[in-house]
Parts: sequence; structure tokens; C-alpha cells
Amino acid sequence: MKNTHKPIAFVPAPLVFQDETLVEVQNMVRACMQCGTCTASCPNAFAMDLTPRQMWRMLLFGLKQEVLQSRTFWLCSACYSCTLRCPRDLPLTAAMAALKRMAAAEGDSANRKKALFYQEFMHNVEQNGRIQEMGFMCHYFLAMHDPLLPMEYGPLGLKLLAKGKLHLGGSGQRGRLGPLFAKVRSMEGAS
Amino acid sequence: MKYAYYPGCSLGTSAEEYDVSSREVLKRLGVELSEIPDWTCCGASAVEPVSSLLTLALPARNLALTERECPGLDMLVPCSACYLNHLRVGRECAADRALPGRINEALGTEGLSYAGKVRVRHLLDVLAGDIGPEAVAAQVSRRLEGLIVASYYGCQALRPYALFDDPERPRSMEPLISALGATAFRWDMGGRCCGASLMATRRDVALVSVAAILDAAAGADAIVTVCPMCQMNLEAYQSQAHQADTISVLYLPQLLGLAFGLSDEQTLLDKNLAVTDALKGKLRACETASA
Repeated sequence: MKNTHKPIAFVPAPLVFQDETLVEVQNMVRACMQCGTCTASCPNAFAMDLTPRQMWRMLLFGLKQEVLQSRTFWLCSACYSCTLRCPRDLPLTAAMAALKRMAAAEGDSANRKKALFYQEFMHNVEQNGRIQEMGFMCHYFLAMHDPLLPMEYGPLGLKLLAKGKLHLGGSGQRGRLGPLFAKVRSMEGAS
Repeated sequence: MKYAYYPGCSLGTSAEEYDVSSREVLKRLGVELSEIPDWTCCGASAVEPVSSLLTLALPARNLALTERECPGLDMLVPCSACYLNHLRVGRECAADRALPGRINEALGTEGLSYAGKVRVRHLLDVLAGDIGPEAVAAQVSRRLEGLIVASYYGCQALRPYALFDDPERPRSMEPLISALGATAFRWDMGGRCCGASLMATRRDVALVSVAAILDAAAGADAIVTVCPMCQMNLEAYQSQAHQADTISVLYLPQLLGLAFGLSDEQTLLDKNLAVTDALKGKLRACETASA
């Protein structure tokens, strides 16, 4: 496979200003020594534009917009290979998730759209207590405004239907998690 | 042996065969399960990209219910994502002394509190460790002689917390497979990621991983899994991953159930999306040989 990772040209952000929203994830990777074990361990690195190693360094340089424009953190599948192998014991998988949260909150429309999969999933959990796979996927298709997306899932949907694995209808735990979600929202200061 | 059982959402819907076969096989092995009353979703792999506090509070709710309703019992979890989410709560609380207070402030809305008393166990850990291959072998009525089985462990049962197996070279299923009379397929893809939820968000990337795993299993009669997401990714996208021949993909307790001579209603093999005629033929041959 050809090497798709090219050197990056960038202008370092002024270091006098500290971006508070970056501090959480910067603290996770502060001790990174740029060994690249994370990149070498990542099963999805081949599809990333920045390697994980490059991305950690850019975060420490405060290059927030450059990182948020990257697709790298959206490609983390939470396999924890990098976290397991990091010689500095850094929580790299958790840092990837923190970047997904940051991109959902502060990113452009493309980033917010990528966050919809997770948000629609959790919205369904909030309502139903236990995830209702069928209802979740329907809402996700609607939220994405992509007419081709349901077609992609058509063949799998038919297979699952034939096996009696698609359930409509609700769960006995419907509404159970509403108060917990609301409390967490107020504790995290979100609306 | 008795455990507090957390099936998780998938096992009630798309992974019904994992739930039924797990319960039936454990019953045959003399294990008693007490399903946690009113359990709710742990947030799966979707919660961490949404909220860091919810990532801990959702599984902590189930752990608090277990402490109250099933005191003294370990929590048995068949799904690897559910397993990691619940396991992580105790680990994170041990590392950050402010966390238990925050979690309990959130759980207070329901009058629940989490004290960190529950030990979280993966189904594979219980089968391989607590029960063990000898007890499994004692239940075998149809030895799966000649069947070559590739063990697929996935990620989150092994990593980041390496509690019952080698996270780089997992082997814990192999003594169980041998106990059934089958042969463990030698490969190094057992702990390779299946792509997980990238199958929904970036299918092109996930299919590369699935293709690599399926290709490496060439020569095995079946792959066995211990996670509903691994199972779905490996069984449902074989044609899209350009796999030349379909390979059967079963949950580990289904394989145990077949060797125990459990009924079709107990193993639910007809719910699987990839079971080849070649595998069915071999299973019939095993039955004839044992009769």
C-alpha cells in the first residue's frame, strides 16, 4: 500500500493563548515522546490523513483547527491497541473520544454530521432505556439527509428481517434513563 | 456457581442466539444466573464520543442495581463492549478519587448509589477460568472431531485491561475448543479489530479489516466469537468484503451447545447469518460418529 502520509506544512499557533477546551485532551497526551507505536498499532491508520503520532504533537502545539479538520479521530474504532502498547501509558483511545466530543461541540457542519451517529444512538437510549436498533437506524437515516444511506443498509435489513431479528415496539425501561441523562447534562453544564 | 447476568441490549434483539445459547450452556454446566432487574443500556461504544460522565454513569447504574439486588455476585457479561464499559467504572474510580462522588450525584436522581463492590466478568473469562475445559468436556455428548475452529476474541474483552488472557496473543478459547473434540485453528488474527462501529460510519474502512480476518481464516470450518458486534461484522458483510467462500461464524456458546447435544431451540443456529452447508454436513457427521 502506498504511503499516504505526507509531511504537513503549518504555522504554529501563538503559544501565549491557552485554549481551555484543548487542555483536557492535551493533558492526556502531554507525555507523548513521539515514538509512533500508536500509529504502527492502529488498524485504521491506512485511512487517516494525519497519523495518530502527528496528531498528538499538533494538539500539543495548539493546532486545534488543523486537528478538527482531520478525519483521523473519527476513524478510531476503539480497539485499544495503541492504549495497550503506549510506552508512556497514555489513554490514547480516550483522547480520540475526547476529540470526537470536541468536534461535535465546536466543529464545522461536516464534523457535526459525523457526530450524529453517536448522538442519535444516545438519544434513542435516553428515550427507551435499552437501545432499539430499528428505531435508532431510522432516526439516523433521517438525520443524515442522505437518500442513499438506507439503500446501503437495505440488504442487511432484509437479512435481519428474514431472521426475525428486527424488532419494532418499545422496551419496558422506556423513560427510565430520562432523569439520569438530565442530571448528567446539568452537571456537565450543557443545555 | 451463581452470577448476576447482564445480557445487554443486543442480546435481546439482533443477538438473541447469543443470549439463548449462553443461558442454556451455562445451565447445563450447573451455573445459575440471576438477571439484574431493570438493567439499562451501558451506552455501548456510542456514549464516550457524547459524554464523559455518562460513559461512567450509565454502567454505574447497572452496577448499583447489582449491588442492591444481587449482593455478593459477580456480574457476568457476554458482550465485550458492555463488559468494558462496566469494568471501566471501577478502574477509573480507582484512578480519580473525585469520580465516585460525581457518579453518585448523578445516580442520586434514582436513589441509587455505587460503592464499587461488583466484580465484572466476561462470559469467556467465566467459561475458560471459573468453569474450565474439564467441566466442559464432561458435558460433551457429540464430539466435534475433525472440526477446525478459529477463535476470534476481538478487542474490548482483551484491551485495555488484560485480566484473563494475553491481549496480544489471546489463547483462552483454545482449551475449550479442544475439550469439545474440535481442533483450534492456528492464526494471529484473534485479537485484530473487526472495525466495530466504523461498519456504520465508514464501511469502506471496516471492510478492509473484515476481509483481512476472513481471508486469514481460510482453512477453518468456522470462526467463533464472544461479542455481538464482532459477530455481526464478520457474518453479515462477507460478500461485500469480497470473500470468495462464505465461512461460518458462530458464537462460542453455540459451539459448546452443539457439542453438548442441545436442541435447535437451545443453540438457535438458524438465527446466524453465515452457516455453510459444509459446516452443517460436518456437524451431521459428528452426530453419526457419536451415535
